[in-house]
Amino acid sequence: MVEIKKNTEKIWELLEEVKDPEVPVLSVVDLGIIRDVENQGNGVEVTITPTYSGCPAMHTIEQEIKKILKENNIPLSKIVTVLSPAWTTDWISEKGRKNLEEYGIAPPQNEVDKSVLFANPAIVPCPLCKSKNTRMISQFGSTACKAHYQCNDCLEPFDYFKCLK
Amino acid sequence: MTKQEALFEYTLRAGDDSLILGQRLSEWCGHGPVLEEDIAMTNIALDLIGQATSLLAYAAEVEGKDRDEDQLAFLRYEKEYKNLLLVEHPNIDFGVTMARQFLFDVFHYHFFKELTQSSDSQLAAIAEKSLKEVTYHVKHSSEWIIRLGDGTEESHTRIQQAVNDLWEYTGEMFVMDQVDEIMIAEGVGVDLARIKTIWHDHVQQVFERATLTMPEYGYMQLGGRQGRHTEYMGYLLSEMQYMQRAYPNMQW
Repeated sequence: MVEIKKNTEKIWELLEEVKDPEVPVLSVVDLGIIRDVENQGNGVEVTITPTYSGCPAMHTIEQEIKKILKENNIPLSKIVTVLSPAWTTDWISEKGRKNLEEYGIAPPQNEVDKSVLFANPAIVPCPLCKSKNTRMISQFGSTACKAHYQCNDCLEPFDYFKCLK
Repeated sequence: MTKQEALFEYTLRAGDDSLILGQRLSEWCGHGPVLEEDIAMTNIALDLIGQATSLLAYAAEVEGKDRDEDQLAFLRYEKEYKNLLLVEHPNIDFGVTMARQFLFDVFHYHFFKELTQSSDSQLAAIAEKSLKEVTYHVKHSSEWIIRLGDGTEESHTRIQQAVNDLWEYTGEMFVMDQVDEIMIAEGVGVDLARIKTIWHDHVQQVFERATLTMPEYGYMQLGGRQGRHTEYMGYLLSEMQYMQRAYPNMQW
């Protein structure tokens, strides 16, 4: 077993290889759900936070983190799940946003309106033809984190990774 | 009643509200009126069951009797569930489902909003997380209340009837007992009397846009918080608990 390095840089690099099982172009680091990696002496402690309370991918992600650390002979002390501060789409990295768009999922737009009622849906550019002439079909999409949109120009339906603040 | 007992009960109540409504909504899976709504209702159910997981896990920890969230969810008897009667009400049709959802969502939103200020850091964290999800739920059900209320004569009549029928289950949301008093005194719980006014104004605002009439406050059904349920609860539990009862300790 290799000694844990003083800095945790290598572990962050390894975690880049763990992908969100529902959005395979997004690493858990780019998604912003890895909150901390700390050397505890006897192993590393990885702190994660869920995107949505009921996100079914969290369990798989934990398993994947354990697997990759084991494969690289890095002892894990534990994986801690924290709820606060609550995850926000602001934590998705620039690289993550770019990957999402190339994959055909529109990245979260900066929605400033936080009103509960009657807010106009965000203007979301089509990830395929880049037109801004799109419409929301449903606030709820194929997974908890996505809304369902359609482009009025190229007519393609697409997923929008909805803004959560 | 000790503070710890009150905290267990308080967390259990909130957890059961989310769990039972999540179970009810999931009954729509594969039966939605359109595909998008099928997906929306099951997404909301997933959020609620996720919240229930966090709340029941915390309740189990507070209780300290070596139970976990799954045992609390699947291995209690009917009288041990402390959810509001409103959330166990059957789906009936899409209108009744949306009326039930809207009346509860508005309560849920304001309840969690206040709970983010709780002196109990775990409850505050769960509330902070859940509030973001519930914000989407309120938007969704409010839009349906308006669309159905201000829609056709048929949709208006049916959604108004659904609201009238469910109204007697709304009073229970704001009843406070010893559990609430202890929790408020400790800075943990929410003053439901305050929420009641906010809830009323919020519901009224949407009803006005939906051209719906606020029902009169009359006799209110109570009992859920004490474990006295409607005749619908047993059927819900028998379906929800079937797998764990038939195959004890089975794992997914």
